[in-house]
Amino acid sequence: MLELRDLNVHYDMIHAIKGISLTVEKGEIVTLIGANGAGKTTTLRTIAGLKKPTSGSVWLNGQDITETTPRQRVQMGAAMVPEGRHVFSEMTVQENLELGAYLRRDKEGIAQDMEMVCGYFPILKSRRKQTAGTLSGGEQQMLAMARALMSRPEILFLDEPSMGLSPLLVSEIFAIIKTINNAGTTILLVEQNAGMALSVANRAYVMETGSIVLSGTGAELMESDEIRKAYLGGS
Amino acid sequence: MEVFLQQLVNGVSLGSIYALVALGYTMVYGIIKLINFAHCDIYMIGAYIGYYCMTYFGLSFFPSLLVAMTGCMVLGVLIEKIAYKPLRNAARISLLITAIGMSLFLEYGTMFLVSAKVRTYPAMTGFMAKTFHIGNVLVTMQQIVILATTIALMIALQYIVKYTRAGKAMRAVSLDKDAAQLMGIDVNTTISITFAIGSALAGAAGVLVGVYYNTINPLMGVTPGLKAFVAAVFGGIGLIPGAMVGGYFIGIVEVLVSGYGNSMYRDAVVFAILILILILKPAGLLGKNVGEKV
Repeated sequence: MLELRDLNVHYDMIHAIKGISLTVEKGEIVTLIGANGAGKTTTLRTIAGLKKPTSGSVWLNGQDITETTPRQRVQMGAAMVPEGRHVFSEMTVQENLELGAYLRRDKEGIAQDMEMVCGYFPILKSRRKQTAGTLSGGEQQMLAMARALMSRPEILFLDEPSMGLSPLLVSEIFAIIKTINNAGTTILLVEQNAGMALSVANRAYVMETGSIVLSGTGAELMESDEIRKAYLGGS
Repeated sequence: MEVFLQQLVNGVSLGSIYALVALGYTMVYGIIKLINFAHCDIYMIGAYIGYYCMTYFGLSFFPSLLVAMTGCMVLGVLIEKIAYKPLRNAARISLLITAIGMSLFLEYGTMFLVSAKVRTYPAMTGFMAKTFHIGNVLVTMQQIVILATTIALMIALQYIVKYTRAGKAMRAVSLDKDAAQLMGIDVNTTISITFAIGSALAGAAGVLVGVYYNTINPLMGVTPGLKAFVAAVFGGIGLIPGAMVGGYFIGIVEVLVSGYGNSMYRDAVVFAILILILILKPAGLLGKNVGEKV
């Protein structure tokens, strides 16, 4: 469904992504783990179209989308939940969700999806009229995910959904990621919380300083000594 | 008391004009963080378009107002596309200097085209020339029309910004450009729409000022432009209600200073207000002081 081919990304002189290739198949949860600064967020930003690669290509459903705008990618069924949530803080929860459906015209479908996401995240329903900036971190994360779902994406990119959340909330968010995936949405998940990410993922890629150094199924990587030492805090 | 009320009536008229111009400053700042120095010249060109509509084409007030608003809308969008858009990713100072250059270009370009001489708006007749006495306070129909037009435009603006798709896109882009793009919002189109609306309001202000003060010239935008900018900062730059409040506040203060004190001091007082607000509440009257995000 999604494929990166030999992708290189630079920030001025800094070679942030060094020729990575990866694939995500329809219906999978694939995770990209790695330490801070490994290039995970840059990879996602490039996939979403916010950053232009220097070389290489991004493919979605068999089409080369490297040169398309973020808007076109949303139209093609890709949605992203950016790192740090980026909810529209001075707009209400309701308005945030409406903006998630910005490119859609089917009023009925939008209303249905509004019900659906409020089913995933019941707290949003009671906060509808509140401005997003007044929500707690966990609620903002839920809103950012709900907002992305409002475009009815085929594939969802999640950047660090666990960041800054309590362990209890992290489990809750990951349970919902599972539910969203079971409902048919393919997921590419970037995480520093490797243990949590590997536990839900079908497959995983490990990034280090701009390159993919390891890949395998979630279970395989959980067993790997290297991963346990570097990312899971085990011995 | 009567003198005060009379000054208040005059201040509201002037304040309406400042508020309309301030809205354009604040909307453009909100969306691309640029103090658009050329904005005051769009107001001037609005006044000229209104002038030619009335004198050469014999149009009455409202059609002239609409033509001026449309003309300024097109001009504002063109300026953004030609001068500012290529600098979207450049340093902010480059954009600011370009805006100053654009301002000078419009001022001296206008002088080149229509000469620097002062033009006089045709005297209003019939309906527009009516006056009313409420007690001893004189209210002219022009003042009523200015206030009514301004309020109608502000209501229309609030409606657009709050309830329409384009308005929601404008707010989203001004709050968070990346997130807006991820929603599928076209940032360039949204910026154009913002310039279009802001410039149309300035065009309306230009015609209103022509009708109210009669004389126009190619440099007429400079001082009112600065004052409208002060009004925008006073209310909280980037905030639409701030520009409205700030515009009326500055207009009324200016008229009161001229009326009770000395008209020589009116500009000084306005700029003293700018200094005070920058010291006491830099985010403006309605603004929240927030730290720069990293």
